Amino acid sequence: MSATNLHIFVMVVPLLAALAINLLGRNSRQWISPLVLGSLTFSVFGSAIMLARVIEHGTLSYTVGNWRPPFGIELVVDPLSALMMVLIAVVALLASFSSLKSVEQELPGQEHLFFTLYMILIAGLFGLVLTGDAFNLYVLLEITSITTYGLIAMGRGRAALSSFNYIIMGSIGACFYLLGIGYIYILTGTLNMADIARILPTLNAPVAAATAIAFVLVGLWVKMAFFPLHSWLPNAYSQAPTGAGTMVAPLMTKVTVYLMVRVILSMYTPALVFANQWITDGVVWAAAIAIISGSILALGQKDLRRMLTYVIVAEVGYMVGGIFLANADGLTGSILHIVNDALMTLCLFLVVAAIIYRQGSVSLVSLQGIFRRMPITMAVFTLGAFAMIGVPPTCGFFSKWYLILGGVEAGHWEFVMALVFSSLVNAVLFFRIIELAYFGSLQDGEHHEHASSERHEAPWWMLKPLLLTAVLLIVVGLSTGPLVNNVIRLMIPVGF
Amino acid sequence: MESVVGEIVAKYNYWIYVVLMMIGFYAMIGKRNLVKKLLGMNIFQTSIILFFVSTGVKKGGGIPIVDKYEGLAGTVEAASTVNPLPHVLMLTAIVVGVSVTGVALAVLQRIYREYGTLEEDEILEKTQR
Repeated sequence: MSATNLHIFVMVVPLLAALAINLLGRNSRQWISPLVLGSLTFSVFGSAIMLARVIEHGTLSYTVGNWRPPFGIELVVDPLSALMMVLIAVVALLASFSSLKSVEQELPGQEHLFFTLYMILIAGLFGLVLTGDAFNLYVLLEITSITTYGLIAMGRGRAALSSFNYIIMGSIGACFYLLGIGYIYILTGTLNMADIARILPTLNAPVAAATAIAFVLVGLWVKMAFFPLHSWLPNAYSQAPTGAGTMVAPLMTKVTVYLMVRVILSMYTPALVFANQWITDGVVWAAAIAIISGSILALGQKDLRRMLTYVIVAEVGYMVGGIFLANADGLTGSILHIVNDALMTLCLFLVVAAIIYRQGSVSLVSLQGIFRRMPITMAVFTLGAFAMIGVPPTCGFFSKWYLILGGVEAGHWEFVMALVFSSLVNAVLFFRIIELAYFGSLQDGEHHEHASSERHEAPWWMLKPLLLTAVLLIVVGLSTGPLVNNVIRLMIPVGF
Repeated sequence: MESVVGEIVAKYNYWIYVVLMMIGFYAMIGKRNLVKKLLGMNIFQTSIILFFVSTGVKKGGGIPIVDKYEGLAGTVEAASTVNPLPHVLMLTAIVVGVSVTGVALAVLQRIYREYGTLEEDEILEKTQR
């Protein structure tokens, strides 16, 4: 295993683990957790080494099957994709601790099926951030989507129906992306991203190029649930098995946002995408509307998990808007927010998983007085809530800061207003829950069987990732400077 | 007016795909039956597959099987051979489409077992009760 090819092993090991889980886990359950945790630990270390190497030596690429690019498929690791690899590996590893526990409870006897899909999804996500080929990206996008459809459909009650709606919406998104790629292929005659970026500016076909990027972007927006294309997300994510939600919710939308960054920076040059002021302004306005609507919809929810899904919809608006501000601060903020938002969402969904494990429900009513029953979990929840609101020194503050700076610089005051508004709404949302959890009167709770004030903390397996995520929220927040200077700055195009 | 007709006749294959795509889109959005929605999705995908395949076609182009020695000598005329790449890409896209359809059918089976119907309004009625 030579170190230059390490990134392909980071992707392949979870894939092989998926096959092994299906074969071995069928007969005895005890194989599952070592295989899941072992392969993901390998991915964490492998991707961390790759990140260090890329920062030191610059972009690396791997030619699959020895077909030279631009003819063959190329796997490219640049600082941004290395960062995403580390993020995916860390989030997946932390989430899988909790998933192993909650799947045992929710889907007894189906663990091997669940974790087969789970590991293929992780391998697909690694593939998405690595690939340097536009069509390969479509295939990997569908691999991740199909596994997510399956994972969501494993939930109870209306999960199957939500999954079906997601299938329809997701396929429309993927087809739009494919159609856009078709246009690009007709225009340039190549599918390699670097090659497209080289050929496209030399062509004098602005209308065709704009149509192609419009299809690609709309396709990705459907997949990332950019308001008003978000309708599938809240149902799908809140009805999925808890173990799937902890991994899918932090990663899927964020990786799709990364894909948009990748398409804009590496496939289309920013100069081409941001050429038309009307369009960038329009998208920033749409993002501002997305942020505000997502926040308002979140206010109306009576269930913590459903509320968080609407918060995700609002956060997607942050990142899309930040990119289309078309300046360095906005772009830095968006990329930083991909990392931060993944960690914050992970933190909150891990809390949800822990509470569901103990009391089966996260409706706001059932959260009354929960601080007495699960003090550690709720302490971490408070920290995650602070990060979502954007209280320093948690990481949420720094990316929001960059986004606001970018908004001010671009003169998009509506975006700045939306960001501030969403922070305020988040404060209301989370303090309402914190208040219920700390001071929730037991009188109202008498109708509930969970209302006892006895301490009943989540199992240690679920607390471990929670505490680690809490530490990460602070550590990533405090190391924003090095992260921006050493990784993200390298990706911002010159003269931007 | 004449130029529009001329445009449509000259690129009639693309217009057919547009029509097909709109049929699929309508079925996905407008139909209340879940199986019809799924069929609409398949029509939608098929129109894109046909679109890709027809981009490879060249007038009077031969099959893209190249003689090894001709290929090495560089005497193959690109203009007289159909571009095989879109076809190969679409093989993958067909596989993706089949997998999505398979998963969707399995999910539909679960929905049917749960609600005893595949009509969307009836399901919604049952869930609201």
